[in-house]
Amino acid sequence: MQIEDRPAVIELKNLSKSFGRVKANDDISLKLYSSEILALLGENGSGKTTLMNMLSGIYQPDSGSILLNGETVKINSPKDAIKLGIGMIHQHFKLVDVFTAEENIKLGSRGKGESISARSLVQSLNLNIDLDKKIYDMSVSEKQTVEVLKVLTRKADILVLDEPTAVLTPQEIDTLFNTLREMKKAGKSIIIITHKLEEVLAISDRVAVLHKGRLVDTVNTKEADRFSLTEMMVGRQVDLDIKRAKTIPGDVVLSVEGLTVHGNEGNVELDKISFSLRAGEILGVAGIAGSGQKALCESIAGLQPVTSGSISLSGQRIDGLSPRQIIELGISMAFIPEDRLGMGLISSMNIPDNLLLKTYRDQKGLLLKRTQARKEAEELVEQLSIVTPGLKTPVSKLSGGNVQKVLLGREINLSPKVLITAYPVRGLDIGASMTIYDMLNEQKEKGVSVLFVGEDLDVLLALCDRIMVLSSGKLSAIVENRFATKALLGMKMVGMTTDKEDEYV
Amino acid sequence: MSSRFHLYVSQRGEVSKAQEYTMRILALVAALIAGGVFLLLLGFNPFEIYATMLKGALSTEGMRQETVKLMIPLCLTSLGVTLAFKMRFWNIGAEGQICAGAIAASYFAYFHNHLPQGILLSVMAVAAIIAGGLWGMLPAYFKTRFDTNETLFTLMLNYIIGFFITYLREGPWRDPQGGFAATPRFLKQARLPLVNFPGVGNVHIGWIVMFVILIWVFFYLRYTKQGYELTVVGENINTARYAGMPVKKIIMRTMFLSAGICGLVGMLQVAGPDRQLTDAVANGRGFTAVSIAWLSRLSPIGIALVSFLFSVMEKGCSMMQTDFRIPASMSEILQGIILFCVLGGEFFINFRIGRTRKEA
Repeated sequence: MQIEDRPAVIELKNLSKSFGRVKANDDISLKLYSSEILALLGENGSGKTTLMNMLSGIYQPDSGSILLNGETVKINSPKDAIKLGIGMIHQHFKLVDVFTAEENIKLGSRGKGESISARSLVQSLNLNIDLDKKIYDMSVSEKQTVEVLKVLTRKADILVLDEPTAVLTPQEIDTLFNTLREMKKAGKSIIIITHKLEEVLAISDRVAVLHKGRLVDTVNTKEADRFSLTEMMVGRQVDLDIKRAKTIPGDVVLSVEGLTVHGNEGNVELDKISFSLRAGEILGVAGIAGSGQKALCESIAGLQPVTSGSISLSGQRIDGLSPRQIIELGISMAFIPEDRLGMGLISSMNIPDNLLLKTYRDQKGLLLKRTQARKEAEELVEQLSIVTPGLKTPVSKLSGGNVQKVLLGREINLSPKVLITAYPVRGLDIGASMTIYDMLNEQKEKGVSVLFVGEDLDVLLALCDRIMVLSSGKLSAIVENRFATKALLGMKMVGMTTDKEDEYV
Repeated sequence: MSSRFHLYVSQRGEVSKAQEYTMRILALVAALIAGGVFLLLLGFNPFEIYATMLKGALSTEGMRQETVKLMIPLCLTSLGVTLAFKMRFWNIGAEGQICAGAIAASYFAYFHNHLPQGILLSVMAVAAIIAGGLWGMLPAYFKTRFDTNETLFTLMLNYIIGFFITYLREGPWRDPQGGFAATPRFLKQARLPLVNFPGVGNVHIGWIVMFVILIWVFFYLRYTKQGYELTVVGENINTARYAGMPVKKIIMRTMFLSAGICGLVGMLQVAGPDRQLTDAVANGRGFTAVSIAWLSRLSPIGIALVSFLFSVMEKGCSMMQTDFRIPASMSEILQGIILFCVLGGEFFINFRIGRTRKEA
């Protein structure tokens, strides 16, 4: 029997949700049938999680409706969702460490007779888990199983898993997939959120692809392949009107050889990365969020220790130097984190005090002199047309675009040799973004080497001379601009190898 | 379909300075009213009691001297913890750091009292600052090295050193001539000289120290590179690292200064009003200082005002005890009410509460 002939368990009809001006979900319609696994595929920020949060009662849709077994339902809270048999498993586990698995499972149900015993579920689903084990003794995958059990004991028939494989090892992923298949056999409907193509192809029956908040298409997994999915995921190439300054790249300024960086938990964040950056060029860095961009920026800036490999500035090794020494050698970093003010600026301080962050050390004596910084701040406000009520206003009161101008402007004022900038246009409108691109082009024309970590492939293609692609901490390609296409970058981002050579230099 | 009321909390936008101060004054008035209601319930006339408190703290020169003597350790300790708080390092170990300073000062007072007064007192002060500072650097070291929780660490250290004083008092430093287990009284050259405080009369020299440190902390936080560094570390430690600041060094240094000031308080207490080393040298001031620092929003001028207010209240309440037989612990209840109202007021400066009808 064709899947589509059966009645849908869940039907989402024309759901839309906006946050401020951003349309996170735009008119999305989707069906979910019993005994199927539906994969929800899309880049970061394409609206997958928002959509599922509406299904599990965390957000309410602005418009559109949700039908459960043909009847319209209102889901006002996660509690409502559970009552309706919809269970969501988040990326971050909500378990009490000092309790056993069973205690955790019983915890939320308050002993109401309705629930199914966890032990019978463990048996029927063939799960390999000890319910008497304490959570703090458990591996990540065991904890995840407990989360799944928690939802199942509350009689959930519909399970939503938000990037469940992100934290698992390959073996653990296999185990998880077996569990999911068992649950499917038992008649459950499962939605799995992911941006990993291999997993989509391995586990799902159907795939729904989201791009920039809209549903691109829903296809049967059997009829799909990596290439068709990638193209749907990254969207068509758009020509942005960003100029790319014409320069002749000079000597190699920054050279990185076999750079490997481990995170705090010993996980590999960067795996043997090698590249070089010339004077007067912009090297773009593309990749799905969390592919090692942060580790790359921070290891060059001396904020994260290098496990092996080397980083050299004009032939001089800089790995192992302190952040201060690296700043003094002429490497400047402007990193805009998700919350924008997280690193690089002090939100409660005004512009002059923020400008002092990198220069106050050069002052002689014990006292802090602010006269020079005030003058520089005035100039910066003037040059970059920063909108601010005054120099005494804390930067937290400025709009996002102006905050980013302050940050980037300060780094440029230091006349660096290498300018590292990550997500400098995050959250900015077109006008403000253009100002930032102009600033970067100007630096490039001056002969500065720019490393530009970006999110939007169209921007990277328009602005950068070369683009390197990171995929799960590995360098999957360095592509010369004239050879680069969006589809190629997209494939490299998800770690696919193409028939052609890996390097397009 | 039923409908329910939902309370929600939302952030206020721009709040002007005038609005902010109005809120604070309202909170203080609310505290006085709440305290008054409490007194009414006990069967007293609140106006009479408040008047007695003010009179008991300020009306005669002798009373003013007592009030200032209460204020010196409170104000200084608050200034000390403020340095750490500004860095978001929760130093609630002022109590123990006072003890450490007191022990070091007492050592010189007992065993090197052949020195002339000026030199002896200077040595005692320096020893107290170093001892307090080192005692405070201990949790800072563990914080920077092993990322331990400084709140618990500083708190627990209080008990260790507190009981160490008890040990000294009952054991090696016990006065063999005394009937009780107590330390001997300090000799004259180990006691602080009295200096005339205009309008108050003779108070031990600690009041000058208080003003000097007050001005120093104000200046240090605002106009020095070190003050700037510790503020940046407090506001955003990631930004501090990113700017290349030696974060660990800054934390250690700031904690030494913070705890050093508290240590100095210990010296001023033993050589000033106490004249011997007792278990009660800190007497909860380390904790009261935390409240004062918060109520003043870590502003040195604010600390001077609030610690003065607290001292008036404490002195006034002891007056209340003799006049009305209300226990002096009433002062602590009033302090609690004021703290509750003012900190509650801070919430209303930043947030508003609204009510919506939401379809369920």
